[in-house]
Amino acid sequence: MSARELSKDPLNVIIAGVGGQGNVLMSFLIGSALIRSGYFVTVFDNYGASQRLGAVASHIKISREDANTSPLLHEGDADVIVGIEPIELLRNLTRFGNPEVITIVNTRPVYPVSVISGDEEYPDLDKTIQTIRNLSAQSWIVNATEEAMKLGNSIYTNVILLGALLGSNAIPLDKETMEVVLKEEMPKAFDTNMLALHRGLDMVRNTMNE
Amino acid sequence: MSNIEIDEPGTTQLLLGNEAIARGALEAGIGFATAYPGTPSSEIMATLAPIAKKMGIYAEWSINEMVAFEAASAASLSNIRALSSMKANGVNVIIDFLVNLQMTGIKKGLVLVVCDDPGGMTSSNEQDTRPIAKWLNIPLLEPSTAQECKDMTKWAFELSEELGMVCMVRSVTYLSHTRGNVRFEKLPDISMEATFADAYEIDNPKQSRFTCGMQFHPYKQSEALLKRFSKAQAHCEDSPFNSYNGPNTPELIIFTSGICWTYATEAVKILNLQDRVGIVKLGTTWPLPEEFVSRHLERSNKVLFIEEISPLVEQSVMELAASLPADRPRPTFYGKRSRHVRAWGEQDLNLVIHSIATVIGTSYRSRQSSSAEYQSTLKEVAQTLPARPLTFCPGCPHRASFWAIKIALQLDGRNGFVTGDIGCTAMGMISPGSFQVRTYYAMGGGVGIANGFGHLGQFGFRQPVIAVCGDSTFFHASIPGLINGVWNKSNFTLAILDNSTTAMTGFQPHPGTGMTATGEPGNKVNIEALCRSLGVHVEVCDPFDLTNTITTLLKLIKDDGNAKVVIFQHECELVRARRERKKPYHMYVDPSRCIGEECGCNRICTRVFSCPGLVWDRDTGKAVIDEAVCEGCGLCAEVCPQGAILKEAL
Repeated sequence: MSARELSKDPLNVIIAGVGGQGNVLMSFLIGSALIRSGYFVTVFDNYGASQRLGAVASHIKISREDANTSPLLHEGDADVIVGIEPIELLRNLTRFGNPEVITIVNTRPVYPVSVISGDEEYPDLDKTIQTIRNLSAQSWIVNATEEAMKLGNSIYTNVILLGALLGSNAIPLDKETMEVVLKEEMPKAFDTNMLALHRGLDMVRNTMNE
Repeated sequence: MSNIEIDEPGTTQLLLGNEAIARGALEAGIGFATAYPGTPSSEIMATLAPIAKKMGIYAEWSINEMVAFEAASAASLSNIRALSSMKANGVNVIIDFLVNLQMTGIKKGLVLVVCDDPGGMTSSNEQDTRPIAKWLNIPLLEPSTAQECKDMTKWAFELSEELGMVCMVRSVTYLSHTRGNVRFEKLPDISMEATFADAYEIDNPKQSRFTCGMQFHPYKQSEALLKRFSKAQAHCEDSPFNSYNGPNTPELIIFTSGICWTYATEAVKILNLQDRVGIVKLGTTWPLPEEFVSRHLERSNKVLFIEEISPLVEQSVMELAASLPADRPRPTFYGKRSRHVRAWGEQDLNLVIHSIATVIGTSYRSRQSSSAEYQSTLKEVAQTLPARPLTFCPGCPHRASFWAIKIALQLDGRNGFVTGDIGCTAMGMISPGSFQVRTYYAMGGGVGIANGFGHLGQFGFRQPVIAVCGDSTFFHASIPGLINGVWNKSNFTLAILDNSTTAMTGFQPHPGTGMTATGEPGNKVNIEALCRSLGVHVEVCDPFDLTNTITTLLKLIKDDGNAKVVIFQHECELVRARRERKKPYHMYVDPSRCIGEECGCNRICTRVFSCPGLVWDRDTGKAVIDEAVCEGCGLCAEVCPQGAILKEAL
């Protein structure tokens, strides 16, 4: 498949979340679909030492011409940031954001231990979402975890957000390619994942139509 | 997620650097692979093991890196190509064998893959292993991309065989854990047959080539080693993995290797300096391709070295420059020595942009800085974000173990402490482990150092010492320390936190699980029986039975001048959850019993116990279970003094 021209090369995407939310799978699915679409990609999942509940950020660089992009974004150079967790999106926005950035945010917070123990405070959620809006050229607010619970399990959160990302047209990926990848990578849970993907797509497209 | 075993030449797959290394080994026709888990190297074996049987390969998670590398060497000496992979710390464990293996050389290709962790994101330190290769005359290859991880691993086997010595392929976290496009070549169709040809011949007995010393004399073997190694340079001169990209006479020439090459290349593009700056990419960093390097040294009178941690390339190129004839040009060198490049921590695109801009005398403005107001808002927002510190997972048995240790040491009242070890148990040094771990160094170091503390009684030392290690760490390096303590009557308690897996690196099996790397049953080694065979006092408890665990510990740490063992047995919660796919308990807080800050317990449930599944609702001033995070282990019900946290068996 031949790759479409990019608005910027490399096009830089960050998926930000918390260990256990499915960051790594999501970035892998995106990367696989992009390779099928004829692009060069690098995908780095920065998860540090924790199995669960540490900050995770996947850096995805998409290029039409360069097979050797470096694995990390540099400051202020994100084109799209997806947050599976709101303050993780904001954390990455403060480092990699710029006035042209597009953001997609899940509204469900996961409290850090420092907050649970009372050492630190989790910022007000509505204010956080508003800050993200203010700092983005375009922003989509998605209740992905809530929708995932309706599908029976919070684990579908990441695929709903993946649908939202496709729906936003922020990266050069079409739904059909992603469906093929989903079928190949997760044949057992394919039906529910398809539901999740389309739920995310619709959520963003409905907002667009409003 | 990947399928590295398909035989479709020309196909492109999205592979992790580590998966690409595994593919490279397959394309090289390996028959034998060994490893001990260690981030960021674990995915190499994790990728090879499940397909090993199908591919006709023997694959093993070994008990430690030393045995892993020794076993792989046996395959090489018997005409089978072999791979051994480990993290930087693992190389320290194999050094003794490695030094001696260099004396004899090897037969069939033997490749040691080392994954360093600049920045020490998942390690106790940020050791650079490359100087070990230089020190021991080991050919050193540094791939820069996932594609090169595959291609250079494959080449490393040819080079190793050609030279008759082990070759080292060195990766780093940002390479091992980055996925990229990898184009496959064909898998070899070979049949392998193993024989050890230097075996003793009854009619003509002579010293085997694969022995050190005696008739061979170490100094003679050193001479032979240098002779073998001297041939490496010619191979490196011709290597396609060394290249130059840039104008004929650049203002500045950058020497770089590995992942730093991608930073340098991108930084030059971002700074728009392609016409002024040239880049020498070194894939073979030891030995240096001397002619190639000296040829490019003449291009510019300014040379900048971009590499992580040790100034290996910088020092090697400067050594070479010093040995060149006096009429050759002498450029000015910039790098770690001149402090234009940070000498610690990992490099990244920002740092490299900054280094290049400083040396060439230009400035850089990021997209962020296009609006001063935007940038200052970002700075303000960053101040308000809570950190996300490391923690034990919800339901982790180690939270219970460290809780019990803390209470027991408090009740004992003699200022006792824990000597810690590598793995998930290391989090005992921070808040989720109640800060109990007071020393932390190396695999097996917990029980080792406890041996010394346990003999300080004659100098007035009265503090109880509890050495802690995980089950995989126990097998890896803690057994000699325990035996030493038993033998010499050292006064410490070894607590083995047995969660039946190697959790921190991704749930690899170990001798105590009885499963092997390929998922087949091996012979299970029973930790309790092994300890009892030493004649040491052994207790076994489930840490979730807090009262019993605390009582047992209190008895053990009484000063009786002997080493003792307690095994805290409880399976890793993530392993249990993956298998059973349901929670053992439904947990909830009865709001009528939770009296919030009035309780006088100092919010023991959230402030002190700090499980991510049990959170504090600021609106109601009471504890509440976070259903999306809680694993239903039931432990917190025992911690609440009001009995407000309740569990219902599911």
